[in-house]
Amino acid sequence: MKTLTILRYQWKDLLRGKWIVGYGLIYLLIADAMIRFGNAGPKAMLSISNIMLLLIPLVGMIYGALYLYQSREFTELLLAQPIDRASLFWGLFGGLAIPLALAFTIGTALPMIYTGMILTANLQSILLILMLGIALTLLFTGLGFWFGLKFFEDRVKGLGFALVSWLFLAVLYDGLVLLAVFTFGDYPIEKPMLAMALANPIDLARITVLLEFDISALMGYTGAVFSRFFGSMMGVSVALSCLMLWLGIPLWRSQRQFEKKDF
Amino acid sequence: MRLKIITTILFVGLMLFLQTQKTVATQITVSQDGEITSVQDGINQAQPGDTVFVKEGRYVEYDIRINKRITLLGANNAVIDGDNQGFVVVVEADSTVIKNIEVHNSKAGFMDDYAGIVVEGAHNVRIEGTKLVDNFFGIYLAKSKGTVLKNNHITASRKRETNSGNGIHLWYTKDVEILDNYVAGHRDGLYFEFVEGAFIAGNESENNIRYGIHFMYSDHCRYERNTFRDNGGGVAVMYTSNVEIVDNHFADNWGSSAYGMLLKEINRSQITGNTFTNNSVGLYMEASSRNNVQGNEFIQNGWAVQLMANSTDNKFNKNNFVANSFEVSTNSRMNYSNNFDKNYWSQYEGYDLNRDGVGDVPHRPVRLFSILVEKQPQSLLLLRSLLVDLLDAAEKFMPVLTPETLLDSKPQMEPVL
Amino acid sequence: MISIKKLRKDFGPRTVLNELDLKIPAGQATGIVGPNGSGKTTTIKSLLGLVKPTSGDILVDGKLIEGEWQYRNKIGYMPQIARYPENMTIGELFQFIKNMRDSDTNRDRELLEYFELDNEIDKRMRALSGGMRQKVGAILAMMFDPEILIFDEPTAGLDPKSSVQFKRLVHEEKKKGKTVLLTSHIMSEIEELTDHLVFMVEGNIRYDGPMHELMERQQEQRLEGAVAKMMEETAA
Repeated sequence: MKTLTILRYQWKDLLRGKWIVGYGLIYLLIADAMIRFGNAGPKAMLSISNIMLLLIPLVGMIYGALYLYQSREFTELLLAQPIDRASLFWGLFGGLAIPLALAFTIGTALPMIYTGMILTANLQSILLILMLGIALTLLFTGLGFWFGLKFFEDRVKGLGFALVSWLFLAVLYDGLVLLAVFTFGDYPIEKPMLAMALANPIDLARITVLLEFDISALMGYTGAVFSRFFGSMMGVSVALSCLMLWLGIPLWRSQRQFEKKDF
Repeated sequence: MRLKIITTILFVGLMLFLQTQKTVATQITVSQDGEITSVQDGINQAQPGDTVFVKEGRYVEYDIRINKRITLLGANNAVIDGDNQGFVVVVEADSTVIKNIEVHNSKAGFMDDYAGIVVEGAHNVRIEGTKLVDNFFGIYLAKSKGTVLKNNHITASRKRETNSGNGIHLWYTKDVEILDNYVAGHRDGLYFEFVEGAFIAGNESENNIRYGIHFMYSDHCRYERNTFRDNGGGVAVMYTSNVEIVDNHFADNWGSSAYGMLLKEINRSQITGNTFTNNSVGLYMEASSRNNVQGNEFIQNGWAVQLMANSTDNKFNKNNFVANSFEVSTNSRMNYSNNFDKNYWSQYEGYDLNRDGVGDVPHRPVRLFSILVEKQPQSLLLLRSLLVDLLDAAEKFMPVLTPETLLDSKPQMEPVL
Repeated sequence: MISIKKLRKDFGPRTVLNELDLKIPAGQATGIVGPNGSGKTTTIKSLLGLVKPTSGDILVDGKLIEGEWQYRNKIGYMPQIARYPENMTIGELFQFIKNMRDSDTNRDRELLEYFELDNEIDKRMRALSGGMRQKVGAILAMMFDPEILIFDEPTAGLDPKSSVQFKRLVHEEKKKGKTVLLTSHIMSEIEELTDHLVFMVEGNIRYDGPMHELMERQQEQRLEGAVAKMMEETAA
C-alpha cells in the first residue's frame, strides 16, 4: 500500500520534470523514422533494437544513479516515517524503472500501431523487442541504483562509474572478446566465448536479438557448439535465465545495501 | 417403310459405335479378387495401346516390365509394393503412360540404382499423378526423350545419405518436362546429369537429405516457379551453361554448408525473379561467369550473396537485399568486373538529397566484419555489436581490407520490386 | 520510555557511539548536549532507524526496534537540516505524509496558521527560506500528535519570534504528557524546555540525570556555566 503511495507521488513528480516525456519522445521519433525509412519490415525492427541496445543501458544506469541522488531528501524524509525500508526501496525503484519502461514501450509501440506495422510485421519479433527493452530497462536501472547506493556520498564517482561501466559493457568488452578470438582462435574457444557473452547483459540482449533476426547466419557457423546452442531451445532458455539473473542480482544487492545503509 | 429406314440407321449406328469402341482400346482389369490378380499378368495380356486398370488393393510385385505401349492406370488406393526386392516398375516401351498408381518400397542398394519407376531407353513416356513412397530412387529416367512427369508425389523416410536415392533422377535425357511434382525425404530431391533442354516448373522439393535440386552438365534447361525448402544443402547447380532460373523460391536452408542456391562453373545463365529467404547463404557463386542476376529478392539470409573471386563478369542488377546479416561477402580484395548496380540494400546508410530515388553515395555491400568472420568464424557472435558497427563504418569510409571496386554506385532508396 | 543498551556505532575506524547506556524517561523532556561530534545526532538517528547500530539494543516501550518500523508511528521527528523534495508544495508534502501514515488529521492546518504559513501552502519547497523549512519540519513532527517528539537543533534557523513560538508549542506538548527529546547548542533553550539532561562527549555519556542535580553539583546558577565546567573537566 505504502509502496503504491510512493509510486504515485514519484510518477507525478517525474511527469512534472518533463524529462520522462522527452525520453519517450526520443523513441517515438526513432521508431517513426525507422519505420518510414525501413519499410516496416525486419529492417525497421533491427534498427530499433540496435538503438535500444545502446540507449537503454546508458539511460538506465546514469539516470538510476542520478535519481537516487536527486531523491535523497525524499528518502530521508520517508525513512523517519513509519515505513519499512524494503517498501521504500521498491517504491523508489518502481518510481523510476516503471515510467522508463513505459516511456520506451509506448514510444516504440505507438508508431508501430499507427503505421499499421503491428498487423503486417512478425508479431513475435515486435513482442520480443518490447519485452527485451522492458527487461533491459529494469536491469540497468537496477544497476544504476546499485552504483548510486555504493557511492551515495560521492555523486561524481557514482555517475562516473555508471558511464564507464556503460562504455565498458557496450564497446570495450566486445573489443576484448574480439581480441580473445583472434589470439586464441586456434583453440576450441566457443564455450568460453558463450560464457563471456552471457556475462555481459548488453551482449546477452544482443544475442537474443541475433537469435530472432540472424538465426540463418548463426546456423551457418561451422562449429557444433554454436549450432547446438543456438539451434535448440537451449539457446533461448539459457539466454533468458541469464537475463533473469542479471535482473535479479543487482536489485537484490541494492535492496540489501539500502536496508543496511546509514542515512 | 419409314420405320424400316429408321431401324436400319439405328442398327448401323449401334454397330459402328461398338466397332469404334473395340478398335480404340481394350481395358484389362487387374484386381485382388478377379481373373487377373497380378499387374505383370495384366501387362502381358495387353496389346499395344491397351489400358491396364489396377483396382484398389496392395499388389506385392517387383521388376514389373512394361515392354509395349500401354497405359497403366490405378484406381484410388491401388498400391504396387516392391517389398524391398528389386525395381518396382520398369518402363521399356515408348509412349507408355503411368497414371494414378501408388508405388512403394523398391529395394535399396549400392550396386544398382533401384527405383520405384524406371524409364530407360524409352521416349515420350508420361508419368502422372502417381504416389511414390519409400523407394530408393523415386522416378529414374535414363536415356529418355520427350518424357513428361507431372503431379507426382514422391516421398521417402530414410535418414542417411547412403541408403537413400534421389526423388527424381535424370541421366542423359532430352526435352523432358517436369511439372508440379512434390519430392521430400530423398537424398537429392531432383537430380540432373547430362540433361538437355528440360523444363522444370512448379515443383516443390523439401526436407531432402542433401540437395533440393542437384544438376550438373545440363545445358539449356529452364527452372521456373519451383520451391526448394529446408534441404540439407539447399540447391546445387554445377558445370552448366545457358540455364534459366526464374521465379523460384529458395527458403530455410540452414547449416554450415547450406545454400539457397550454389552455383559452380555456371556461365551465361539467367537468374531472375527468384526469392531467397532465411538461408544460411542465399546465393553462392564459384567460378561462374557472365551470369545475369536480376530482380531477385534476398530476405533475411545469413549471407545474401557469397561471391568467390574466381567469378567474373556477373551482373547483379535491381535486386532487393532486405535484412540480411551480411549482404555480400567474398574471399579476396579483388573483384573481376562483377557489376552491382541499382539494387536496393537495406543496410545502405546513405542519403538522397536530390530525391531521385537513387542514393547519392555508393553502397559497399562487403562489410569488414564479414572478412573477420571469414578468418575467425567464432567472431560471428559479435554481430550487431557497437564495436563491429564502428569497425564497419571506419572501413566503409576508407576501404583497406574490402574490395574497393565492389560497390553499387546507384543504390536504390526504395525496394525495386 | 526509550532505553538504549550498550549502543555502539562505528563509521569505519571511528567509533561514534561507545557502548552507550541511556534511559529516556516517558512524559518528560530530555535534552542532549555535548560538543560537536559527540554523537548526539547519531544517537537520535539510531533511535529512528536511520542509522544502523554496530551493536547494542534500542527499545521503545519495551520493544526492540531492530527491523521494525511500526514504532515510528509514535514518533515525530524534526531534523537538524530539513531537506524536502524540491518540487513538492507544502500542501502536497503534508498530504503525502498523511497518506503514508493513513491519517486525516487537521492539525497541520492549525499549526500552519500558528506559524503564519497558511498563505504559503501552494509554494514549492525550493522556494522556501531556511526558517520556513524549519517550521515545516516542526509541523511535520507534531501534526500527527505522536507520543514521542524528537527535535534536532530545532531553533537553529529560526528568528527570535518564531523561536519563541516554537518553544511555546513544545511547552504545550510537554503539558500533554509527551516524551520530548531535544538537542541544542543553546543552553538557555535546554534549560527552559527540559527537565532531564544528558551530556555526551565523544560517544560516551558523562552525565545523565535531572538538570537541577547537575547545577547543584557544579554549584552554578545557569546550565551554560555548569556544562562549560564539565567540558573543561573532560578536557583536563
